[in-house]
Amino acid sequence: MLYREAGQFKTTYAEDMAIFPIRQDRMALAILLGIAFIGVPLLADFDIWPFGSDYLLRAILLPFLILALAAIGVNILVGYCGQISLGSGAFMAIGAYSAYKLGTGVHIPLAWLGFAISIPPLPVLLSILLGGLAAAVVGILFGIPSLRIKGLYLAVATLAAQFFFDWVFLRVPWFTNYAPSGSVSAPTLDFFGLNVGTPIERYMLCLIFVTVFAFLAKNLVRGNLGRQWMAIRDMDIAAELIGIRPLYAKLTAFAVSSFIIGVAGALWAFVYLGSWEPLAFSIERSLQLLFMVIIGGLGSIMGSFIGAAFILILPIMLNLLPTQLGVPLSTETITHLEFIIFGSLICYLLIKEPHGFARLISIGKEKLRLWPFPY
Amino acid sequence: MIALGQFLEVLIGGLMSGVLYSLVALGFVLIFKASGVFNFAQGAMVLLAGLALVRSLDLLVANGFPIWIAIVLGIGFAAVIMAITAWLIERFVIGPLVNQNALTLFMSTIGVTFVLEGAAQMIFGSDVYPLRLFPTDIWLLFESHFPGGILVNQLDVWGGLIAGILVAGLAIFFQQTKTGRALRAVADDHMAAQSVGIPIGWIWFVVWLVAGLVALVAATVWGTKLGVQFSITFLALKALPVLIIGGLTSVPGAIVGGLIVGAGEKLAEVFLGSHIGGGIEYWFAYVLALAVLLVRPQGLFGERIIERI
Repeated sequence: MLYREAGQFKTTYAEDMAIFPIRQDRMALAILLGIAFIGVPLLADFDIWPFGSDYLLRAILLPFLILALAAIGVNILVGYCGQISLGSGAFMAIGAYSAYKLGTGVHIPLAWLGFAISIPPLPVLLSILLGGLAAAVVGILFGIPSLRIKGLYLAVATLAAQFFFDWVFLRVPWFTNYAPSGSVSAPTLDFFGLNVGTPIERYMLCLIFVTVFAFLAKNLVRGNLGRQWMAIRDMDIAAELIGIRPLYAKLTAFAVSSFIIGVAGALWAFVYLGSWEPLAFSIERSLQLLFMVIIGGLGSIMGSFIGAAFILILPIMLNLLPTQLGVPLSTETITHLEFIIFGSLICYLLIKEPHGFARLISIGKEKLRLWPFPY
Repeated sequence: MIALGQFLEVLIGGLMSGVLYSLVALGFVLIFKASGVFNFAQGAMVLLAGLALVRSLDLLVANGFPIWIAIVLGIGFAAVIMAITAWLIERFVIGPLVNQNALTLFMSTIGVTFVLEGAAQMIFGSDVYPLRLFPTDIWLLFESHFPGGILVNQLDVWGGLIAGILVAGLAIFFQQTKTGRALRAVADDHMAAQSVGIPIGWIWFVVWLVAGLVALVAATVWGTKLGVQFSITFLALKALPVLIIGGLTSVPGAIVGGLIVGAGEKLAEVFLGSHIGGGIEYWFAYVLALAVLLVRPQGLFGERIIERI
């Protein structure tokens, strides 16, 4: 009844090619964006439940948005182009540290040449985007092996990026501006004179980034490039035979994906953490992102959001549950139980629906279309 | 000139610790060969086996059992735990996921890793437990040839010996026994093996059991070296480049890969690390693996990957 395309006639090509061709989809998206852009700030402004304190904004919505952005990046590489990567954490780190260096001013002393390269501190927005660009360049470099190796071998090869950059940011003091503790702080978030400080401002900033990049990604994957990626994913030899250049397709996937992950990394460091150390971007982060993409659904932008929400919120819920129920358990036991329940749920989900939540949604839509008839 | 004595000492130390990486990598290879599953949980299995062993040992010794009976009973107990784990994994995770793609299977083993880590620490405790099964004294060799001699840890020698016995045992198991042959048949082609009457569920249980026992052996050696503790699970990550260099499907590859990684990273740390800042041990193995992959995409001993449309 509610979700039916019958009667929605397309009279122009443009309508037929629209990004959301079904009216109900457009309405759902508009409502969602309305809540995110208007509802949440309003509620937060008037301190209405559940926004009475900053907790929900600061500890759940903010990381959710940024990790969803990173998950979109990972999904482009793993879900659309089929190249398994375990190095996403490293690309987040590259985005974060490049943005940090550019935001605080770069000074490269070339003593043996007799001069030094100095770049004055760049505006925050520019340094975040350039941070993404730096990640993209490194992504292309580490994507080159994908031309020869694939599957799990490639996954281990990308681990090289992860461990190498973990080490670089830990051991090369230049990247941390010679901070003795190795921990660095983000510059003030100044966007064209607008100072982003309070949680709600930070939330809006990330929301704008995520919305823009999600639409870009959604458009990209249904265009020429996205179709090339999917052809490569489904069978690379066959794709090559019908005239798709694997070199171009794979490296663009690495570049676009690393760019988005790099921007997410810069946001994670600047907007969410504020001050951070290399540990924030370890192998656990890479695995977490991969989980988001797989639980959410490979090859689905919407799925990245659902996966990010699930993987982020589940541990928080599991952590809160025993105290809320009043079960007396030591924190250690809770942590271990959390591990067990989280792992079992992942296995359960993978067994029940290997294609993730995105598949569940499309099944649900199909059912709604036919409702009240079973077929 | 670099002192030959120092070079030999680093080389031997590296080779010996490489053998220990091989012990972990062996478990990966066994499971990958038989079921095509890339088992991320191998490190967690080492932790589980180690904790089961060390805790039961402590309990038995505290109750006045003689040490050798305690060791036998402890190893028996840990083996039973590994058998139960193997059965549970086959029954509830790998069995239902048959015929899924490699990535889904890989992620499911990460889920298994979480469960094993949580369960092992909840049941057996999460401190550092020292394990003393092998002597850890130090030998000085060739003192007459080099100033200061060459330091060799006895534990490393034991580790090498055990790895050798293990590989020989596995080779006999695979080549000579009925189950071993069935295992190779399953590795070759699941469907064909099933149609000639090989019970595939049983075979997978056996494979996970053997991997669990290899994990137990690895745990005895690593536990003696570092104490049984949570950080032992990171061994799984160290074993990955070993696998890649040796080839995912080759038992000798796991050994040779381990030796290359062990020797390579120790030599690099000592002779290169001092020039570019220490700690390059952390990533050296991965970069080495990357270099090997660029030349030989299937690893040194892996089966050639032939693709057809």
